[in-house]
Amino acid sequence: MAAPGPQPQTGDAAYRGIVRPLLLPTWAVIGILMVLPVALMAVYSFLTKEFRGGVEWDFTLAAYDQFFVTRGLFGDEPPQIEWTYISIFWRSIWQAALATLLCLLIGFPTAWFIATRPAKTRGIWLFLITIPYWVNLLIRTVSLRFLLRDQGPLNEGLIDLGLISEPLQIINTNLAVQLGLFYSYLPFMVLPIYAAVERYNFALSEAAADLYASRWATLREIVLPVVKPGIIAGCILVFVPSLGAFLAPDLLGGAKTFMIGSLIDEQFKGSQGNWPFGAAVAMILMSLVLIVLLLYARAQTRGAR
Amino acid sequence: MNRQMSTAVDIRDAVKTYGQVTALQGVSLNIADNEFFTLLGPSGCGKTTLLRLIAGFEEITAGQILLFGQDIARLEPNHRPVNTVFQNYALFPHMSVLDNVAFGLKMKGVDLPSRQKRAGQVLEMVHLSQFADRLPAQLSGGQQQRVALARALAPEPKVLLLDEPLSALDLKLRQAMRVELKQLQEDTGITFIFVTHDQEEALTMSDRIAVMSNGTVQQIGTARDIYEAPVNRFVADFIGETNLLQVDVEANSEDIAIVILPGGHRITCPSASSKTGKHHLSIRPERVTIADTGNLSATVDRVVYLGTDLQVIAHLDDSQTVTIRLQNAARTAPPALGQRISLQLEEGAARLLAD
Amino acid sequence: MKGVRHYPGFLPLTILCLIVLYAPLAVVAVYSFNASTSITQWGGFSLRWYADVFTGAEAERFGQAAWNSLTIALIAATTATAIATAAALAMIRGGPFRGRQASFALINLPLMVPEIVIAVATLIFFSTIGLTTGYLTILLAHITFCIPFAYLPIAARLEGIEGTYEQAARDLYATRAQAFRLILLPLMMPGVISGWLLAFIISLDDFIITNFVKGAGMETLPTAIFGSVKQGIKPNIMAISTLMLLVSVLFVTAAYLINRKGQKTP
Repeated sequence: MAAPGPQPQTGDAAYRGIVRPLLLPTWAVIGILMVLPVALMAVYSFLTKEFRGGVEWDFTLAAYDQFFVTRGLFGDEPPQIEWTYISIFWRSIWQAALATLLCLLIGFPTAWFIATRPAKTRGIWLFLITIPYWVNLLIRTVSLRFLLRDQGPLNEGLIDLGLISEPLQIINTNLAVQLGLFYSYLPFMVLPIYAAVERYNFALSEAAADLYASRWATLREIVLPVVKPGIIAGCILVFVPSLGAFLAPDLLGGAKTFMIGSLIDEQFKGSQGNWPFGAAVAMILMSLVLIVLLLYARAQTRGAR
Repeated sequence: MNRQMSTAVDIRDAVKTYGQVTALQGVSLNIADNEFFTLLGPSGCGKTTLLRLIAGFEEITAGQILLFGQDIARLEPNHRPVNTVFQNYALFPHMSVLDNVAFGLKMKGVDLPSRQKRAGQVLEMVHLSQFADRLPAQLSGGQQQRVALARALAPEPKVLLLDEPLSALDLKLRQAMRVELKQLQEDTGITFIFVTHDQEEALTMSDRIAVMSNGTVQQIGTARDIYEAPVNRFVADFIGETNLLQVDVEANSEDIAIVILPGGHRITCPSASSKTGKHHLSIRPERVTIADTGNLSATVDRVVYLGTDLQVIAHLDDSQTVTIRLQNAARTAPPALGQRISLQLEEGAARLLAD
Repeated sequence: MKGVRHYPGFLPLTILCLIVLYAPLAVVAVYSFNASTSITQWGGFSLRWYADVFTGAEAERFGQAAWNSLTIALIAATTATAIATAAALAMIRGGPFRGRQASFALINLPLMVPEIVIAVATLIFFSTIGLTTGYLTILLAHITFCIPFAYLPIAARLEGIEGTYEQAARDLYATRAQAFRLILLPLMMPGVISGWLLAFIISLDDFIITNFVKGAGMETLPTAIFGSVKQGIKPNIMAISTLMLLVSVLFVTAAYLINRKGQKTP
C-alpha cells in the first residue's frame, strides 16, 4: 500500500539530489539563447533606429510612438491615433480567429469520429491526421498555392466539370490566407479534442438520451460542456501560431492581406529596416499571445477547482 | 517451537517523517532468524514504509535497523544483504526471465557460468525452468510473481522482504501461492518479512504478526494470540469479526477482570489492562450461543443466511447491537424476528480491551 | 437505432478533413512527375525533374542547401536530445523541488513564444554579441527550439517507467550508475529515439527562424526553396518537395513504430 507523503515511488532523496542538476544544460541553453534574447529584444524596442539597419543606444519611445500615434505627414499636427498598424493587428486577429473557427468546425467532428473508432483502428486514423503536420510547412503552403492558383488544378477541375466558367480568384485573397492557416494548423485542433473525447464517458450521452434528449441536444447540453477544455486548448493551439504566421499570408495572400508576421519581417530586411520598430511590434505580438495564454491558464485553474 | 531464537532484524525506535506527515512514530520490533514475520494493517498504517526502510529505499528519520547485529539503517540499498519482492514485481521488461533472476548475482560480481547455474536452480525451485528465455511480458501474472520471487532469492539474501506480493493475483492463485510461499520459506530457511493488508493471508502463513495502525505497532504475536487475545479495539476489530460491547469494569487485576454486562450479569474475563470504569469488551460472534438462561438478553432484528452459518443480529436492552454466528445445523431452528432470546457467552469468549 | 457515439455527417467531415490535408501534397507529388515544362499542362509521366534536381542548373545550390539542412538537423537533434534527456530525468525523477514549475515553463518556452518573435529576438541577440550570422547561428537557434520537441516523448516515456525498476536493481546490488545504464536507459530508449526523430524533423522543417539568422549566402533547403518559389513555382521545386515529403513521412512513421513497439513491453 502507498505510504503517506509525496510519491515515495520516485526514488530516495539522495537520488533526487543527484538528478536535479541535470536541468542545468536546459537552463543554460534556453536561458542564454531564448530568455536573454527576448529580454534584449525588449530593450531594443526602446532604442533609436540607425539608418543602415541597426540601432543606436539612445533610449526613446519612438518605436511605440510610431506604432500608436501619428502627427501628420510632417510631424507638426496634433497627435492622433495611428490606425495603420493597429488595423494590421486587427486584421491578423480576425484572420486567425476565422481560421480557428474553420479548424473547429472541421476538427471537432473529425476528432469525435476518430475517438469513437475501435481502439485498433484509432491509432491509424490519428497517424493519418498527424502526418501532414510533420511535412515541411513551407512545402505544404507552396503546395496549397499551387493547388489554388488561377490556372491551378482546383480551378481547372471545376471548369472541366462545368461548375464555373471563369477561374475563381482565390489566391491573394483573405480566403486563401484563412485556408492556408486552417491547413497549417488543423492537426493542432484535432489532437486535444480527440484526447478529451477519448476520456469522455459515453454513459453520459446514454443518460441524456434516456432522459429524452435528441442527438443534437445531447451534443449541445452534455458533450460540448464536458469536452470544453479540449476545445479551448485546440483553439489556442491554432490561434496563437496563426496570429504570428508568416508563410501563409506571404505566399497565399497579396498586399491586401498583410499580417503581423510580414510587418515584423519587413523591419529586418535590408537598409529599409527599422529594428527598434520591429522589436516593438514583436513585443506587442508577444504580449497579445501572453494575454491569451494567461487567460487560458486562469480558466484552467478555475476549472480545476 | 524449536526455532533457534537468534535475532535477524532488530528495529529500534524507527521514525520516518515526510515533511509534516509522520509515517512511522518510533517502531521497535525483533524478528527472529528463520521466521515468517508479517506486517499487517490497513493502507497508510506504515507497514510498507517500514519495509522500504529495511530495504533502503527510504531514508530513516531516526532510529536503528540492525541486521544480525550490524546497523544497516544508513547503507545504500545495494549494500544491504536483503532482497525485495515488489508489489507489481518490477521485473525488468527488456531482460529475459533468466537474466532477471541472474541480475543480482551479476551485480555482486559472480562469474557468468556460476550465476547462470544458480539462476537455473532457483527457477527450478519455482517450477519455471522452461520459461527461462521468455520476456516477462510473455508470462502470466502468477508466473511473473514466481520470477520476482526467484530473482529476489537468487542472491541468497539474509532476509527476504515481500511487499504485498500476492495482491495482484486472483483468489485461486493467491490461495495456492500462500502454501507455496510458506513451503519455500521453510525450505530455504530465509527470514521472510511479509507485508499485507489481508488478514487471512497473514493468519495462514505467519509465525508471528505485527498489527500496525497509524505508524505504530499495536500488537505482536502469533495468529492465535492476535485473534483470541487482541489487546485493543483496533486489533479486535481489524482481525476477524467482533462485537465491541461497552461495559462497566468493577475490578481489574492486570489479566483478570470482573465486568458487569448490560442487563446486570457479572462475568469474569481475561483483561488487557488494569483500569476500571467504562471499557470495551470484545466478543467473537461464533463464541456466543442461544441458551435458555444466558447472561445477556436481546431482541432479534435480522437473520442472515450465509450457507454454512446463520448470522443473527440482535439488540440488547440498552440498544447496543450484537452479532452472533450459529452453525447452520439442521436441528437448530433459526430464531424469529422480534423474538426475545437469551445469549450465553462461552467460557473465555469475552475479553476486556485496553481502550 | 445507432448508438450515442454516432453523429450523422461526422464521417463525411472527417473525410473532407483528410482530403484537405492530403490534396495539396498529392497534387504536387503528381505534378512532380510531369514531363512538361509548364506547371499547368500535363505532358505525360516523366522523372526528368528528379534528374534535374540532381544535375540541373540549380543542383549545386540545392545540394549545398540540403547538406547544410541535414548536418544542422543532425547536430541540433543530437544535442537537443541529450539536453532534453537530462532535463527529463531531473523533471520526472527529481521529485518535487523549488524551481520545478519554472523549469517546466522554460523547457516549453520555445513552444509558447511565436516563432517570428523568437526569430527577431535571436537575430538581435547574435547581432549584439557580435556573432556573424551563418551556419553556427542557425545551429544554435535550432538546438534551442528543438529541446521541447525532444523533451515531450522522452518525458512521456520516462513517466511511464515505474520507479520500482530502479529500486529493484538497487535492491539487487546495482550501483546508481549500473541501475541507470542497465535498466533505466534501455527502458527509456524508445522515447529518446522518437524524441530525436521529431527534433530532427523540426529542425529540417524550420523556415522562419532560419531565415532571420542565416546571414547572406547561407541557405538551408527551406530558405532555398522559398527564394526559388518567390520567382514562381517551378517543376523542380515540386520534385524537391516530394522528396522532402517522403523523408518526413519515413521519419515520422519510424518514430510512430518505435514508440508503439516500446509501449508493448510495460
